[in-house]
Amino acid sequence: MAVEQPLQVSPSGEQTRIHNIGYRTYDGPRLGRAYARRSLYSQSLRGAYGLGRSVKSKVLPMLLFVVMCVPAAIMVAVAVATKAKDLPVDYTRYAIIMQAVISLYVASQAPQSVSRDLRFKTVPLYFSRPIETADYVRAKYAALASAMFILTAAPLLVLYVGALLAKLDFADHTKGFAQGLVSVALLSLLFAGLGLVIASVTPRRGFGIAAVIAVLTISYGAVSTLQAIADAQSLGDGQGSAGAITWIGLFSPVTLIDGLQSAFLGAKSAFPGGVGPTNGEGVVYVLVTLGLIAAAYGLLMRRYRKVGL
Amino acid sequence: MIATESLSKRFPRVTALDRLSVDVGPGVTGLVGANGAGKSTLIKILLGLSPATEGRAEVLGLDVATKGGAIRERVGYMPEHDCLPPDVSATEFVVHMARMSGLPPAAARERTADTLRHVGLYEERYRPIGGYSTGMKQRVKLAQALVHDPQLVFLDEPTNGLDPVGRDEMLGLIRRIHTDFGISVLVTSHLLGELERTCDHVVVIDGGKLLRSSSTTDFTQTTTTLAIEVTDTDAHPDGTRAVREALHTRGVEVHEGSGLPGAGHILLLTAQGEETYDLVRDVVADLGLGLVRMEQRRHHISEVFKDSDEQQQRKEAVGHGS
Ligand SMILES: Nc1ncnc2c1ncn2[C@@H]1O[C@H](COP(=O)(O)OP(=O)(O)OP(=O)(O)O)[C@@H](O)[C@H]1O
Ligand SMILES: [Mg+2]
Repeated sequence: MAVEQPLQVSPSGEQTRIHNIGYRTYDGPRLGRAYARRSLYSQSLRGAYGLGRSVKSKVLPMLLFVVMCVPAAIMVAVAVATKAKDLPVDYTRYAIIMQAVISLYVASQAPQSVSRDLRFKTVPLYFSRPIETADYVRAKYAALASAMFILTAAPLLVLYVGALLAKLDFADHTKGFAQGLVSVALLSLLFAGLGLVIASVTPRRGFGIAAVIAVLTISYGAVSTLQAIADAQSLGDGQGSAGAITWIGLFSPVTLIDGLQSAFLGAKSAFPGGVGPTNGEGVVYVLVTLGLIAAAYGLLMRRYRKVGL
Repeated sequence: MIATESLSKRFPRVTALDRLSVDVGPGVTGLVGANGAGKSTLIKILLGLSPATEGRAEVLGLDVATKGGAIRERVGYMPEHDCLPPDVSATEFVVHMARMSGLPPAAARERTADTLRHVGLYEERYRPIGGYSTGMKQRVKLAQALVHDPQLVFLDEPTNGLDPVGRDEMLGLIRRIHTDFGISVLVTSHLLGELERTCDHVVVIDGGKLLRSSSTTDFTQTTTTLAIEVTDTDAHPDGTRAVREALHTRGVEVHEGSGLPGAGHILLLTAQGEETYDLVRDVVADLGLGLVRMEQRRHHISEVFKDSDEQQQRKEAVGHGS
């Protein structure tokens, strides 16, 4: 043993030295919870457009973004070329017309944002760090809502810039644009919340996508059909059943936004007969919308408190 | 580093931890127990992620019940299960996790490059994790636990699923986490054999109860136990006994390996160095017997499990035989 020792010490001593040069301790700042939450927000927001992820995962969100903006660009081009006196569509109406694209976006990106973490069990890694449930939920919710706002506000911006280029009425269009932005902001919060709640239930991305699409389209289909029936009846017996149309509209996210903006944001309603809620009824629309957003947040908090590790 | 005081965790059906009191100092500490012994449950409580039913625990002098956030800023955690998204590269993933630990962007990138190199991931770190081998994935999991230069890391079964070579490399890496990086380690396994080579201290728990907590330096003499097994021949119908007697006459103390698979045919003796191996070989050859096996067993493994149950003992024997 005693003889062997010098022989053993020198190689292992050298090895240690090499590693010691290699390893550096970290004495810099540790920015804590709020910073981690912001980082998770920006990573998730970028992720919602496939940035920082594989080429394959960029295709769909980018494509939907383009599809969202192209009609606006065409409208603007036509308006400028023909020297039209107004744009063919209201700012507040654009998202309602494009709702299929918006639904597809939230259906694909909500599961992308949360189901992956559940499926690959990455959630415990987040919670083994300083951030807590509320930070995770807020960052994810804010990121998806922001991504949807970018998706829905970009074409409005195209319309607005086009309107200014075409020298259309400035005050009119600025007001319309502002109202449109408020409307799509609420829509983004509502859709992102619903999408995340549904997606967070399942680690399977396919299920998440299907469930979000189903909830959005089935609710819209059912509500529009019932509204159409109510409208036909009111025409038939000559009595006003605009009330029924209004109350039915509370039961799908798209008609909820539609009703809300026709009551308060100067929009023309897309309801049958074009009759939106009155201001009084509109208050109910606002409350239901805000209530749903709050409920979505609360459900997400509950969901992730349970996940823990 | 870690101190628990009659720490208990009861789930509706099982008691995962049962009044566990244990102290863990700096260095590499092994936490050994069979499946369901409560190892992962203990780690979750120490991270402040799961409240204890009763008792208290401190990590780095911070109470787990109230200072979870501060603890998690200073410790690292490598879970036992898969936790890696397959569609991002190791670099992207570890950078993100570094930022989740509060490192500014530039520092996160720099430390990620360093840490991945230290755990032995080079060019492959730019490829999506989905294509990695189990060994590489374990290294990424380890890297994300070390990237923020914690004072202490919890490694939950880091050798799980690795082949013998990968296992040895991982154990070597764990040793270096302490000797070279200066980070204390709490590492779990259900194999005592692999941990006692790596750890300064071993804590054995079973059914949530502390079975033993002892320093491995108590045992790390170079004396090892040799296990030998021989064939029988016509001349020696009981080959095992013949060898035992032959060795006894040469002054080598031999005892039977009870509690091991094939017990009764296995002889255990203390090896003093090369001479013992030669002696055994010569004795067996002189008797004209065949040597079925001759393998090293650490001196104290059976000792630790002496007061433990049979099942664990067998598991240990199997683990060591591989
Ligand atoms: N969330 C839970 N709910 C109910 N029982 C649980 C829960 N988590 C763990 N247990 C139980 O507590 C006991 C200890 O589990 P734990 O995961 O800590 O064991 P372990 O030592 O890590 O085992 P393994 O080697 O399998 O990882 C087990 O009986 C397990 O079934
Ligand atoms: Mg475990």
